[in-house]
Amino acid sequence: MDFDLTEEQSILKDSLDRLLADTYAFEERKRHMASAEGWSAEAWNRYAEMGLMALPFAEEDGGIGGGPVETMIVMEALGKALALEPYFATVILGGGFLRLGGSAEQRSELVSGVADGSVKLAFAHTERNSRFDLVRVETTARKDGDGWVLSGSKSVVLHGDCADRIFVTARTGGEADDETGIGIFLVDANAEGVSRRGYATQDGLRAAELTLENVRVPAEAVYGDPSDALPLVRRVVDQAIAALSAEAVGVMSAMHALTVDYMKVRKQFGVPIGAFQVLQHKAVDMYVAIEQARSITLYATMMADSDDAAERAKAMHAAKAEIGRGGRLVGENAIQIHGGVGMTMEYAVGHYFKRMTMIDVAFGNTDHHMRALARAGGLFSAAA
Amino acid sequence: MSSATETDNVTASNVHPNSLRVYNTLTKQKEPFETLIPGKVGIYLCGPTVYKEAHIGHMVGPVIYTFGSEEQKKRFLPRIANLDDWWCQGFSEPGAGSDLASLKTRAVREGDHYVVNGQKTWTTLAQYADWIFCLVRTDTEAKKQEGISFLLIDIKTPGIEVRPIVTIDGGREINEVFLTDVKVPVENLVGQENKGWDYAKFLLGNERTNIARIGMSKQRIARIRELAGKEMSSGRPLIEDERFREKLAAIEIDLKALELTQLRVVAADAKRGNTGRPDPASSILKIKGSEIQQATTHLLMEVMGPYAVPYIPEHDDRWNEPSEVPDYAPSAAPNYFNFRKVSIYGGSNEIQKNIIAKAVLGL
Repeated sequence: MDFDLTEEQSILKDSLDRLLADTYAFEERKRHMASAEGWSAEAWNRYAEMGLMALPFAEEDGGIGGGPVETMIVMEALGKALALEPYFATVILGGGFLRLGGSAEQRSELVSGVADGSVKLAFAHTERNSRFDLVRVETTARKDGDGWVLSGSKSVVLHGDCADRIFVTARTGGEADDETGIGIFLVDANAEGVSRRGYATQDGLRAAELTLENVRVPAEAVYGDPSDALPLVRRVVDQAIAALSAEAVGVMSAMHALTVDYMKVRKQFGVPIGAFQVLQHKAVDMYVAIEQARSITLYATMMADSDDAAERAKAMHAAKAEIGRGGRLVGENAIQIHGGVGMTMEYAVGHYFKRMTMIDVAFGNTDHHMRALARAGGLFSAAA
Repeated sequence: MSSATETDNVTASNVHPNSLRVYNTLTKQKEPFETLIPGKVGIYLCGPTVYKEAHIGHMVGPVIYTFGSEEQKKRFLPRIANLDDWWCQGFSEPGAGSDLASLKTRAVREGDHYVVNGQKTWTTLAQYADWIFCLVRTDTEAKKQEGISFLLIDIKTPGIEVRPIVTIDGGREINEVFLTDVKVPVENLVGQENKGWDYAKFLLGNERTNIARIGMSKQRIARIRELAGKEMSSGRPLIEDERFREKLAAIEIDLKALELTQLRVVAADAKRGNTGRPDPASSILKIKGSEIQQATTHLLMEVMGPYAVPYIPEHDDRWNEPSEVPDYAPSAAPNYFNFRKVSIYGGSNEIQKNIIAKAVLGL
C-alpha cells in the first residue's frame, strides 16, 4: 500500500506546520486563550487565506475539493499546535452537514461564507440525558406552516458561543430514543428564542449551553429529511471522529516530543533521566501507542467517505477507542515523566494532556466505542 | 487474626490518625476536618472545591517527638496536636526532585543561628502555613546524604518569599519558596547537624503510609456510586451499565486488598513494639494507593460524560444562572488532572519501585 502523501498534500502539510510554528507558539496560544473570545481572529483569518476553510468543500460549491486525507493533515497540524480556533466546529461539523446534507441552494448560500472565514458554525446535539447517544433527542421541532418551531436545551455545544449559525438535532416525531423522527435544523444564533451561555472548557476551548424557546425557523433551515436525519448525523459524526483522531495524533506526537526532549536535558542522580531504563521503556510504550493511533487514524480516514454505514461506524468505533486508550497512556506518562513541572499551568505538556482527555469525551469515550464495536460484531469475523 | 467484619470499622485512615484541618476558602478560617463529614466531604471530593486540607503537622510531629529536643517537643508538639500551627514541607528543589539528596539550599552557622539561602519548590499550601520544615545543606564537602540537616523555620522570618505555582487544574495549592539570608535560631535544628537525611527518610516512610489515602478513596467510590445513579446512559442510570460496574468492582477489589495490606504493615510494626519506623513495604502502600486514587478520579470524571467538559471555576457567579450542567460535574476533570500528582509526589512511584527492588527484593 502507498501511504505517501501526494505532492500537493505534502505542500499543505509543510506550509501549515510552518505557519503554526511561526505564528502559534505556546506563549501566543496562552494569550489567545486568555482573550475574551478565547481564540485568535488573526489566526482564523490566516487559516482562511491558506484555504483551510474551503478545503473539504467541492469545487463547484466554491471549495477546494479536498477529502478526508487533507482534513487529516490539517487536524493533525492543529492538534500539534493545540489550536483554539473553531475550525473543527465550523468546517468539520457544520461543514459536514453542509456538504453531506445541504441542497444545492443551501450550499450556495453558505459555503462561500464558511470558505472565507466570515461564517462560523456549530453543532448542538448533547442533551441532559443523552450522554453519548446520537439517537436520544428530546428537543422538539413542531411543524408550523412552512416552517418549524424548535424547543429544548442543548449542552456543551463546542464553540456554540461564537457560532453565527448552529445545526441542531430535534425530534419531529417518535419517542426519545427512536431511530426515526430526528431532524437537523440550521438555527440562526441570534434568532428570537435562542439563548446561549458560553464558557471555557477544561482544555481551554470554548463551548456553550444553548436554550431554544419556541424558535421559529423557515423550511430552508431543514437539512436532509426532517423525519429521518439520523443517518446524516451519523455520517457527519463519523467523519468528525476521523478528524478528531487525526487531531489526537498531533496532540500525542507533540506530548511525546516534549517528553523525550525533557528526558535528555533533565538531570537527576548526575545523569539525564533518559538514561534510566524504566523511563526509556515508558517513552517507548508511548511511541508504540502513537504509531498504533496513527495507523488506526489512517484506517478511519480511508473509511470516512464510505457509503457502507455499518463498516464505516465500526472503523470509527475502533479509531475512537484506540486513540482514547492510547491517548490516556501517552498523556499520563508524559506528565509522570516530567514530574512536578508537568503539573504546572505554565508548561505546555499539561495543556496537551487536557486536550487529549477532552478528545476522549467528545462523541463517545473509549468505553462507549469499545462497547459499540463489540456489539457490532468486532472488526474480524469468526473462522468459517 | 480478627474476622473480616471486625476490620470494617478499622480503616487504614484511622490507624494513622492525622489531625486534619482544612482551610475554608469562604470563611478564610482553619476548621477541623470533622466539620466536613459526612455531607461536605462530597463537596471536597467532587463539587466546588471550597475546602483544601492544609495541615501537615502530622508529618513533622513524629520527627520532632522521635528526634527532637525536650524543649522542641514542649514547644511544638502541643501546638501541632492542637492545630494551632500549620506546617508545610520544604524538601524539593528545582534541581532536587527524585534525587532529593542533591538539594542545594545552604545553611551556614553564624553564632547562635543559621543563615539559610536557597529555593524550595512544590511546597504544598505554603501560603497558609505558619512554619516550614526544611532540609538544608550544612556540609558541602561530605557525601551528599551526609551533609544535610533538618531545620524548623518560622515562615514569617524576614527573607522568605512564597510565590504560587498554578497547577494544570487551575488550582493554587503549590508554591515556590525563596529563602534569602534567612536567620534561623540554632535551637530550631532537629537532632544532630548533618543527620537530617535519616530524619527525612523516617518522615518519607510515614508519608508513604499516609498517602495511601484509603479512606478518601472509599469516600470517592461512594460518590461514584451515588452520581452514577444519577447520570443516565441509554435511558438507564449509568450504575446499571455492566461495563461501568465491572470497572468499579476492579478498583474496589484493589482498594479492599490495600486496606488489609495497610493493616498488615501496621500490625507488623506493633509486633516490633510500635517503633513507628517505616517498613520498606510501605512503598507498596504508596504505589497502590496512588494508582487507586488515580483510577477513582478518572472513573468519577467518566461518570460525568459530556458534562466533564465545562470548566467553571469555584465561586463563579455563573453557577447562579440556570444551566443543564450538574453542579457536581465541573470539578471532576480538574480532580483527575490534579491527582496525576499523587504518583509524582512523596517519592515518585518509580522511586518507590527502586526502594522495593533494593530493600525488599535485595536486587
